[in-house]
Amino acid sequence: MSGAERLSVEAETELPETSASETRDMTNDPENVKISVRDLNFYYGDHHALKQISMKIHERQVTAFIGPSGCGKSTLLRIFNRMYDLYPRQRAEGEVMFDGMNILAPNVDLNLLRARIGMVFQKPTPFPMSIHENIAFGVRLYERLSSSAMAERVEQSLRRAALWDEVKDKLKQSGLSLSGGQQQRLCIARAIAVKPEVLLLDEPASALDPISTAKIEELIDELKSDYTITIVTHNMQQAARVSDYTAFMYLGELIEFDRTSTVFTSPALKQTQDYITGRFG
Amino acid sequence: MSSRLKVRKARNVVALTLSMLAAASGLLILALILGTLFYNGFAAIKPSIFTQMTPPPGEAGGLLNAIYGSVMMTLVGILVGTPLGIMAGTYLAEYGRSAKLAQTVRFINDVLLSAPSIAIGIFIYEVMVAPMGHFSAWAGSMSLAIIVVPVVVRTTEDMLNLVPNTLRESAAALGTPKWRVVVSVSYRAARNGMITGVLLALARISGETAPLLFTALNNQFFSTDMNAPMANLPVVIFQMALSPYNDWQQLAWGGALIITVGILVLNIVARYLASLGSARR
Repeated sequence: MSGAERLSVEAETELPETSASETRDMTNDPENVKISVRDLNFYYGDHHALKQISMKIHERQVTAFIGPSGCGKSTLLRIFNRMYDLYPRQRAEGEVMFDGMNILAPNVDLNLLRARIGMVFQKPTPFPMSIHENIAFGVRLYERLSSSAMAERVEQSLRRAALWDEVKDKLKQSGLSLSGGQQQRLCIARAIAVKPEVLLLDEPASALDPISTAKIEELIDELKSDYTITIVTHNMQQAARVSDYTAFMYLGELIEFDRTSTVFTSPALKQTQDYITGRFG
Repeated sequence: MSSRLKVRKARNVVALTLSMLAAASGLLILALILGTLFYNGFAAIKPSIFTQMTPPPGEAGGLLNAIYGSVMMTLVGILVGTPLGIMAGTYLAEYGRSAKLAQTVRFINDVLLSAPSIAIGIFIYEVMVAPMGHFSAWAGSMSLAIIVVPVVVRTTEDMLNLVPNTLRESAAALGTPKWRVVVSVSYRAARNGMITGVLLALARISGETAPLLFTALNNQFFSTDMNAPMANLPVVIFQMALSPYNDWQQLAWGGALIITVGILVLNIVARYLASLGSARR
């Protein structure tokens, strides 16, 4: 089944179930909000890259960010774990509440924050070490495990990332010896091994072939029972397939944010409709 | 065949011929040097060259004291220069990047890299030999270390710059402290290149004459005292080759051959190590 077909089937089956009023309730329900963004602005030097963003990321749901290149969706994702802090001249203003703390506050322990909010990047980035070590590396930063407990954690993470069966006999081999799709799943295993609460996925499948992409998407579906997931994607079918909420961004602004079924079937704005139907972007 | 295509093909032939000639002339010169060395020096390579001391003119002898002195001073030079170079290179690539201090250090390092080694010899003469009142192997080692530092700084920085930023970001995204990212990820990824850089510096200083002339001078006898003048191959070759005595000239050829073959072996080892690393990927 092609992406477009799946999308239309999903849309047909889901459309009658979610009315507009229900959607409002979900977005405002404080119980299951994991990250709450208010009046967020971001600057690359003088360039104003994100403008007055306000939104809520729901717990154990998948939130997708879509929009044309340069619209700021990756920038937004990189604010959630303060990745931008690695670079000078990048700064954020506003409020991003995560578990009662503003993660933009200067006194936030970045390493602890990043251990709780994991990230997977566009290109697979296995460390130049063995498959086992790739996963043990992050765990060792925060936990002291016996070698058997570590072996268990490694296996558990690899199983969770649907990679165990392919690598169980070669855990000592370099992570770089795997194929691109396997490397990306290794990176996901590495991210979940440290038991984060939120996973940020920055176009995790854009460098992969269709089969690997399908595996990653299945994985996202599996993982959302335990993790809050945000995903940046260029692929609108992918957003429609994997996400519960979709945020459409354009030129640094959040244009529309709602349940995915709503955004894709009855978007509130014409601009959103034009983008998802491929008329621009 | 169109005329434009003909012109293009002719241009290709001309350019290809010229570059092949250039490559061949380089190889030819190298082959001539090696050939001359082997032709003249091979006769001097007898067991006695490795077991006996440098002789007075007209007597039988070898180069043991010079070989020992060269090995000792080269080793100490590398042991002192490598950590300094790696730390400075790490600062430039991982911390300073475009900071004012980094730019200054980078500039000074480039100057040092191309500084004539005789100037370094005179410098050490001024700061070590003159105050101490005598030539010494320590002074020789220090002047070699000063030659090592800029080479290692440059290769370390270059190799660390080749490590993709995404790799650092993924390590940081796990909550890894900065120093740990450098040691466990950047160094590991750049390891082969950094080792090659150290070996190249080793090859470079094992043939340096000028800085030793002003610092370690020479010694007729076998000495392990680092605080006293010490024989070394380059200076011995310099002295013997300029002498009017046939047997001394013969020994000089032998010494030159030993250094050259030693450097050749070092380079081959460096290449082998580098290929080993890349093959594992």
